[in-house]
Amino acid sequence: MLRLENIIKDFGGLRVLDSLSLQVGEGLIFGLIGPNGAGKTTLFNIISGLSRPTAGRVIFNGTDITHLPPSSIAACGMGRTFQNIRIFKELSLLENVLAGMHRLFTYSPVAMLLNLPVQKREEKALREKALEILELFHLAGKAKRQAESLSYGEQRKLELARALATSPKLLLVDEPAAGMNPAETEELMGEIVQINNRGYTICLIEHDMKFVMGVCRQVAVLNFGELIALGSPQEVKCNPLVIEAYLGKEECK
Amino acid sequence: MFLQQFANALVLGSVYALFALGFTLIFGVLEVITLAHGAVFMIGAFAGLAVVTKFNAGLIPAILVGMMASGILGWLIDLLAIRPLRKRKFHHLAPMIATIGCATFVISISQGVFGAEIYRFPFDFMPATSYNFWAMQLTLLQIIIVGVALALMLIIIFLLNRTKWGKAVRAVAETPRTAALLGIPVERVFQLTSFSASALGGAAGVLTGINFNAIHTFMGGPIMHRGIAVIILGGMGDIRGAVVGGLILGFAEIMSVAYLSSDFRDAISFGLLFIILLVRPAGIFGSNIERKG
Repeated sequence: MLRLENIIKDFGGLRVLDSLSLQVGEGLIFGLIGPNGAGKTTLFNIISGLSRPTAGRVIFNGTDITHLPPSSIAACGMGRTFQNIRIFKELSLLENVLAGMHRLFTYSPVAMLLNLPVQKREEKALREKALEILELFHLAGKAKRQAESLSYGEQRKLELARALATSPKLLLVDEPAAGMNPAETEELMGEIVQINNRGYTICLIEHDMKFVMGVCRQVAVLNFGELIALGSPQEVKCNPLVIEAYLGKEECK
Repeated sequence: MFLQQFANALVLGSVYALFALGFTLIFGVLEVITLAHGAVFMIGAFAGLAVVTKFNAGLIPAILVGMMASGILGWLIDLLAIRPLRKRKFHHLAPMIATIGCATFVISISQGVFGAEIYRFPFDFMPATSYNFWAMQLTLLQIIIVGVALALMLIIIFLLNRTKWGKAVRAVAETPRTAALLGIPVERVFQLTSFSASALGGAAGVLTGINFNAIHTFMGGPIMHRGIAVIILGGMGDIRGAVVGGLILGFAEIMSVAYLSSDFRDAISFGLLFIILLVRPAGIFGSNIERKG
């Protein structure tokens, strides 16, 4: 589904990604882990078009998307959330999700001005779908509230809900459990698995190993921009290179 | 007497509000203070007048044509002056200066075409009917002005809240980058905003032209100053702020003329503005964020 070919990224003289090649298969929950500064978020930025690789190609569903602008990549079916939350704070929860659905609406500005029936029909159908997505994250009860009023953990979930609303084929999730308490993390794990069961492929960055080991089917480990291990969670956590660079001995039991 | 002044203030204030609404919308979404909004307003008034004198059109067609002309002009200004700077990541100041250039250009051309004289609507364009409510006497014209201004503002607020394009506009106003990542066509949203906001300015132009029955190429100047004052007063980029701020300024002007002195009109209304800003530096509806230092 997603194929990275020899991605190189330099920031000035610093090589943050060094000829990285990876494949993410359809239907997986794929984990990307590694110490801070390993290049995980940089890689996400390259995949979603926010930054360009110095060399290499990003192939998504057979199309080369390396040089497409972010909005076109989103239109190809790539959704993402951020490490630092980027919800629309002044919009309600429902409106945040509906903003994610913009591409699914087909009516034009002219139909809007004339208040045609097609507009009402679409708005109604998509409103229901948006509520369904919020329900998935246990947020439907707060649909009318302003997004800013949510707790930190809930804001993360809202961002995830909004990304899901774009109907992505692949969802890139950057540290979803950051700042969540153990109960919230537990709930989020269930929700991630549930999304995946609905057929969405997910690629996530996370430092919470319980989370990664609990939900991911395949894990890649980055260190200083290089791929040092790839495999099932079990294989990866007992890999000597990974123990050395990142996890330590405790994880491998 | 007071009620009569109240009615007059409502008429003036609702036109200010309409003008300021477009102004603040462009600032909120494009993050540009467009100093061409006064010229856009003037072109709307002339376009409305043209269909009335040339085709004997009524009030509604005049307003619609005025809005269309101003909307297209606003869209062109965005396309030719603001967009190229936006593409090269120049925000705020450079585009603002570019809009001063656009305003000067449009006003000069209009002067070449229309001259410096004052144009008026035909004598019998609006019937002189008036109605009495309690102690207020309102002309049909005044009722229409308030009605049209309020209706347009309500329509815009409805569209912003209830349609996908409205939500897209509000999403882009917060963060264009995130909106783009969700597949919202940000450039189209900028164009749609420029067009609609300028169309509101055009409607304000036609209404002002009819209200004072005077249309000339410099009519956009004074209202530009007031528009800037209103959006600062209400809170930059805030829709409610533009509406409330417009009404406040209208009331301040009319009341100072009625009870104090017409010589001090601007001094008093802008003095009031100064006092409000001392209390609420970010405007009435602006969130008062102190600069971290």
